[in-house]
Amino acid sequence: MSGREEFTFLVGGPAGAGVFRSGLVAAKTLFRHGYYVHGDNEYPSIIRGGHQWMMVKAAKREVYAHGEEVDAVLALDKETVARHRGRVREVIVADESVARGLEGVVAAPLMRSVREVGAPSVAVNMAGLGFVLGLYRGDVGRLEAVIRDVFSKKREVAEVNARVARRAYEYAAEAAGELALEPLSIGEPPRGKIVIDGNSAVALGALAGGLSFYAAYPMTPASPILHLLAELQKEYGLVVVQPESEIAAINMVTGAAYAGARAMTATSGGGFSLMTEALGQAAMTETPVVIVEAMRAGPSTGLPTYTSQADLRFVIHASQGEFPRFVLAPGDPYEAYMAGFDALNLAWKYQVPVIVLTDKYLAEGYWTVDEPPRLEPSEGKVIRGEYRGEEPYKRYKITPDGVSPMAIPGTKGALVTANSSEHGEDGYGSTDPEVVTAMQDKRFRKLSGMIEEANGKGVKTYGGGPLAVVTWGSTKNAVLEATRDMYGVRVVQVLYLSPFPSERLSRELEGADRVLVVEANKTGQLASLLREHLLLEPDGFLGKYDGRPFTPEEVEEWITGFMEG
Amino acid sequence: MAEKFDTGRRPVWCPGCGNFGILVALRRALARLGLEPEEVVLVTGIGCHGRMSGYVRANTFHTIHGRVLPLATGIKLANPSLTVIGHSGDGDAYAIGLGHLPHAARRNIDVTLIVHDNMVFGLTTGQATPTTPKGRITRSTPYGNPEEPLNPLFLALASGATFVARGFSGDIAHLEELIVRAIRHEGFSFLDVIQPCATFFNIYREVRRRVYKLEDEGHDTRSLEAAIRKSLETERIPIGVFFETKKPPFRENFPHAMSPPPGQRVPRSVDLSHVWSRYR
Repeated sequence: MSGREEFTFLVGGPAGAGVFRSGLVAAKTLFRHGYYVHGDNEYPSIIRGGHQWMMVKAAKREVYAHGEEVDAVLALDKETVARHRGRVREVIVADESVARGLEGVVAAPLMRSVREVGAPSVAVNMAGLGFVLGLYRGDVGRLEAVIRDVFSKKREVAEVNARVARRAYEYAAEAAGELALEPLSIGEPPRGKIVIDGNSAVALGALAGGLSFYAAYPMTPASPILHLLAELQKEYGLVVVQPESEIAAINMVTGAAYAGARAMTATSGGGFSLMTEALGQAAMTETPVVIVEAMRAGPSTGLPTYTSQADLRFVIHASQGEFPRFVLAPGDPYEAYMAGFDALNLAWKYQVPVIVLTDKYLAEGYWTVDEPPRLEPSEGKVIRGEYRGEEPYKRYKITPDGVSPMAIPGTKGALVTANSSEHGEDGYGSTDPEVVTAMQDKRFRKLSGMIEEANGKGVKTYGGGPLAVVTWGSTKNAVLEATRDMYGVRVVQVLYLSPFPSERLSRELEGADRVLVVEANKTGQLASLLREHLLLEPDGFLGKYDGRPFTPEEVEEWITGFMEG
Repeated sequence: MAEKFDTGRRPVWCPGCGNFGILVALRRALARLGLEPEEVVLVTGIGCHGRMSGYVRANTFHTIHGRVLPLATGIKLANPSLTVIGHSGDGDAYAIGLGHLPHAARRNIDVTLIVHDNMVFGLTTGQATPTTPKGRITRSTPYGNPEEPLNPLFLALASGATFVARGFSGDIAHLEELIVRAIRHEGFSFLDVIQPCATFFNIYREVRRRVYKLEDEGHDTRSLEAAIRKSLETERIPIGVFFETKKPPFRENFPHAMSPPPGQRVPRSVDLSHVWSRYR
């Protein structure tokens, strides 16, 4: 297959103009041409109006992050032209009405295509995709197939949109000849791969982990998890509830888990703030709950639709008192799937709360990843049906590993006594200093097993070299993209933030003569964990807190500074 | 019979506490319903009432302040075969946890909520709650309570609760009957129980003087209008069932998830191949 190696496309327009759908259709179409794709969007927190865009980068190799430049822009309004003109390498396409009076913009008969087909004017975005594809001599059949899939719930709408796209594609032939852009290659989709967003991946990972109960209050950017699971509830036998608040959500999840269900909730920082008291309850009652926290930029309401990694310290310490917890931080959708699965298994294995920490960029961004494997969840120390022990059942029986066999209510011969107040082995309240000490020790005895898990799976290293760049979560993508062609750089990604995989991380950093940290916050929270757990002072810290993910260019420039020095 | 619901632990409530009456009535009601302790889950909040979970032999969850209803909702949806009873105080249910009450009612989740309503915070040594009468001097209102009290029965009715009743801890036999009916009712059952605080707000004599039974005066429990009128009475205190109606319980929205229900499922490997096709 010949054709271009890389292609970066941006579609922009007012909110409500179908910008994301266009971006998604573009991403899938390019994927089906044989490219790896990555898509990312930006939008304000309003429903109509306001500028939003989605960018799709395609390449014949793995794509982790966007650069600052784009090859082609589809502008659904004048503002898109004004905002993105400076980053365009090849072409800006807009409808004739938009392009009028604008220099260097290809005036395309998009509305004309819409009218000729008799489609509603909202279909203009699909005309735009058809036209751009025509300029790059792609396969319109693949575009039509994607449109049919994306609009699969409304067949007539799908057909009319597909016709619009084809009509505009045909119109592009003439302009394509004049512009003579390097054409796309037309091959088969990367084998065994899918194009998926972080939210869907974490939800499906939880499904693979046996999820049967989901309750969540809407909050950007975590709401798509609720939407997907609500849609899939019948097929996969889930109870999905949208309760009155995040407080209700976490308590419903806790009740369901106490009653034996694999249960999860998801939110962002504000909702997680409301959940913190019940997070401690889950720890004290040793109830296995999973919370997905998709970070956005704070403090407070902050930038509701923009990304951030500033909640790290918050989630590892949230709630009063001391208790062990897992905090997993996937960096791409494949890892998000694994984290969703692992979260439920770890929660039930150790009877502790597990937080999956994502962010807006990962949650709503699309990446091309391996299709995740089918996995086998494990039940943990759970007693169902009948309890046959010799002594009366004790919910908080002290055991060598700190994990007590967990009967679920309804088990014959066992009464399950959960207590958010300090309690003895039998679950009844106690303030006796010996009992209090013994129970806190019991809960913390889980920590050695948990640390082993963290050291096992909690760190990934890419490449090798004396310069180590430590990062976490979705920021790994820009770092991997930036260091792709660098020699002597190793990228070290921390995936378990609690308990902290100190031993493993030390090992991964062996032989590094300099250690740099890159993360999307102001104060360097992972950097502070390196100081705390490894007694290591990083040689440099690159933070970002404007709500936008890092670009490979800015990371590359920063790292290069250390290489010359 | 009621003994099988007794943990044998000695209650630490003050002598004369209204909670004793509720405890005895509940144990008797559970026995009368022919339930086994393993089939029952008691969810208790924070406050003097919260100690119920130490004294009733059953499955128990002693939760944080105000969260009895969402906890109970999760339990019931995960395993509808359990009989789930929430105990809450007037501080727990009507102050910090009030946000959950109207929603549990309109959802018609099949749990029973018994509110131990003594119109004062007892465990924190006597501050005003949302049901403390206006003008009442408490430790937090030394110049008299400046706020109008909440009318919980009126609120429950307005929220769509399908069973609304009020009991009095000083009439154990009557309360036992109300608890039996509340548990038998399929859907959300709301039972406010006047249980005077012997230490901080002892109004036994006053309540006894003003209380009367709705069933003695031919109240029609099928009429929402009549129930609302009764809930607005102030001079005399009606006890008994105010309102009862039949509506599908919340779990009926999830027939696809109930065989077996989430709580009784052993996690198994899930085939997601059908879903992956969406992402190509």
